Amino acid sequence: MSTDTTRSAAPAVGGGTGDAPTATALEGRPGVPFARTFRAELRKMVDTRAGRWMVIVMAAVSVLILAGFVIWGPAEDASFHGLLELSTLPLALLLPIIGIMAATAEWSQRTGLVTFVLEPRRGRVVVAKALAALVLAAVVLAAAVAASAVANVVGGTGEWDLTAATGGGLTLALLIFTLQGVAFGLLFLNTPVAIVSVLVLPTVWSIASMAVSSLEDAARWLNLDLVTQPLFAGEMAGRDWAQLATSSAVWVLLPLAVGTYRVLHREVK
Amino acid sequence: MITVENLTKRYGGFTAVDDISFEVRPGSVVGFLGPNGAGKSTAMRMMTGLTPPTSGRATILGQTYRELHNPGRQVGVMLDASAQHPGRTGREVLRVAAVSVGVSKSRVEEVLALVGLTDEEAGRRVRNYSLGMRQRLGIAAALLGEPQVLVLDEPANGLDPQGIHWMRGLLRRFADGGGTVLLSSHLLHEVQIVADDLVMIGRGRIVAMGSKEELLARGGTTVQSTDDARLARLLEAADVPVSRTGSGLVVDAEARVVGELAARESVVLLELRSGGSEGLEEMFLGLTAATSREGDAA
Repeated sequence: MSTDTTRSAAPAVGGGTGDAPTATALEGRPGVPFARTFRAELRKMVDTRAGRWMVIVMAAVSVLILAGFVIWGPAEDASFHGLLELSTLPLALLLPIIGIMAATAEWSQRTGLVTFVLEPRRGRVVVAKALAALVLAAVVLAAAVAASAVANVVGGTGEWDLTAATGGGLTLALLIFTLQGVAFGLLFLNTPVAIVSVLVLPTVWSIASMAVSSLEDAARWLNLDLVTQPLFAGEMAGRDWAQLATSSAVWVLLPLAVGTYRVLHREVK
Repeated sequence: MITVENLTKRYGGFTAVDDISFEVRPGSVVGFLGPNGAGKSTAMRMMTGLTPPTSGRATILGQTYRELHNPGRQVGVMLDASAQHPGRTGREVLRVAAVSVGVSKSRVEEVLALVGLTDEEAGRRVRNYSLGMRQRLGIAAALLGEPQVLVLDEPANGLDPQGIHWMRGLLRRFADGGGTVLLSSHLLHEVQIVADDLVMIGRGRIVAMGSKEELLARGGTTVQSTDDARLARLLEAADVPVSRTGSGLVVDAEARVVGELAARESVVLLELRSGGSEGLEEMFLGLTAATSREGDAA
C-alpha cells in the first residue's frame, strides 16, 4: 500500500494533478483460489479439437479392441478382468500423451502469457495441470471399465473376476504413467520431444538393460515398465513396492521436480 | 497506478532494459514508445511478473504483480495478441479466462460487444482471426475482470485507422473513469492518436518523457511562407536556429517570434504552428536509426 508519505521517487507521467483519485489494490491473498485454476486447466484440456479428440480416440480404441476380442478372440479369456486388461493396454501408451499436452500447451502455443498473468504463482498452475490430467485419465479409465463390463455381459464369459488388488493396481499404474507424461511435458516444454522421449527412452533403457548384463540388476529397480507388471497383475509383494517406488522416483518424480523448477524460473515470452 | 523504479534487465552482457523509472497515474493513457528491440516488451513482462528483473522493481496499485490478489480483476494485460491457442474459439478463450478470474459468462458477452466482435466472429476459431480481430480479442480478455489498470503491448498493431480511433475512444473512456493505461507502440503516429502522454525509450533507456504537447513543443515551430529562403535568411540573421524540411521550415523559437518577424519584414506566411510532430518524428527516427540494423546493412 503506497501512501503519499511513501510516494516513490519515480517521475510521474500523465494525470499530473496531485488530487487525482488514488487507486488502491484489492484486499486479499495473492493470486486466485485453487479451485478456479483447476477448473480452468481441466477445461483447457478438452476445449480444443486436439484435446477432445485425444480423449475420444482413446475411448474408441479401447472399445474397438474389446469388440474385436469379443468377436474373434478366445472366448474363455473374455472374463471381466481379461477384457479390462485388454482395453487398458493402449491406455498405458496414450494416457501419458494427455499429461504431456496439458503440460506443454502454455509454451508451444504461448498461452502462458495469459495463464501466468492471471495466476502468477506458477506452481499452483502446475499442480492444477497434473491434477486435471489425472482426473481426465480417471475418466478415460472409467469409460474402459464400463466398456469392459458391457463386453463381458454381451459377449464375454460373464465372470466378474476383478479383485480389489488388480483393480487398484491397474488404476495406480495408469495414473503413474499419466503423471509421467506431465513430468516429461514439463521437463521438455515441447510436445513432440516430450512424446518421443516418453515412448522411446524407457524402451531404449529396457533394451540396453537386456543387452548389457551388468545393467540387469539396476533395471529391476529402475524400469517402470518392468516394475508395473506385478502392479497390473495385482500381485504386489514387499520388494515390488520398493522397486515401484524407486522407478517412479527416477522416471516420474525426478523429471517432475526438474520440470517444475524450469516452469517456475523460466521467462514467459 | 503503475510505478517503475530503476528497473533493469540484463541478459549476459546485453542490457535490454537499463535503469528505467516512471510512474503512470490514474486517469492517464500513457504511450510507451520506442523502436523494435528498445526494451518495451521486456519492461512490460517485468511489470507483470513474467520476467524477473535483474534489479529494480515495478509495482501496480502499490503491490508487486505477484502480490496482487486475483490480478485479473485489477490489471488487464495483453502482451501478445497472437499468443492464443489457434484451436479455441474467441468466446472459449474468454470463457476459460472468466473461470480463472471468477466472472460470469454474461461478462464474456459484454466484453465481446465492447470490443466489437460479433456473435459469429466470437464462435470462430482463433486460427481464422485476422491480426485486428486478435487484438480486439486480447483487449476483451484484458477488460474481462473490470480492472483499474491496463498494460497493453502493441495493441494498435494490425488495426486499421478506424480501429485505432476506436481504441483511442475506448482507452480514453477507461482513463476518464479513473483507470490507468500503459500501452506500447513502435509507431509514432499511432501512439500520437491513442495516448496523451509519452515515455520514449531507446536501447533500454528512457530518452524523453512527458505530455504529448510538451514533447511536441520541443519540436519547435513549423512555418511555411511564399518565400522560405528569404524567411530562413531573416531568421538566421536574428540568431534563430532554423532547419529546412520538405515543406517549409522548422524553427527553434516560439510561433510569436516568427510571426512578428514575418509581419515586420512583410513575408507572407502560409502556415505557422507550434508543436508540429516533425521534431518528435526526427527525434524518434534518430532513436530508430541508432538502434536499428540499417547501419549494418549500409
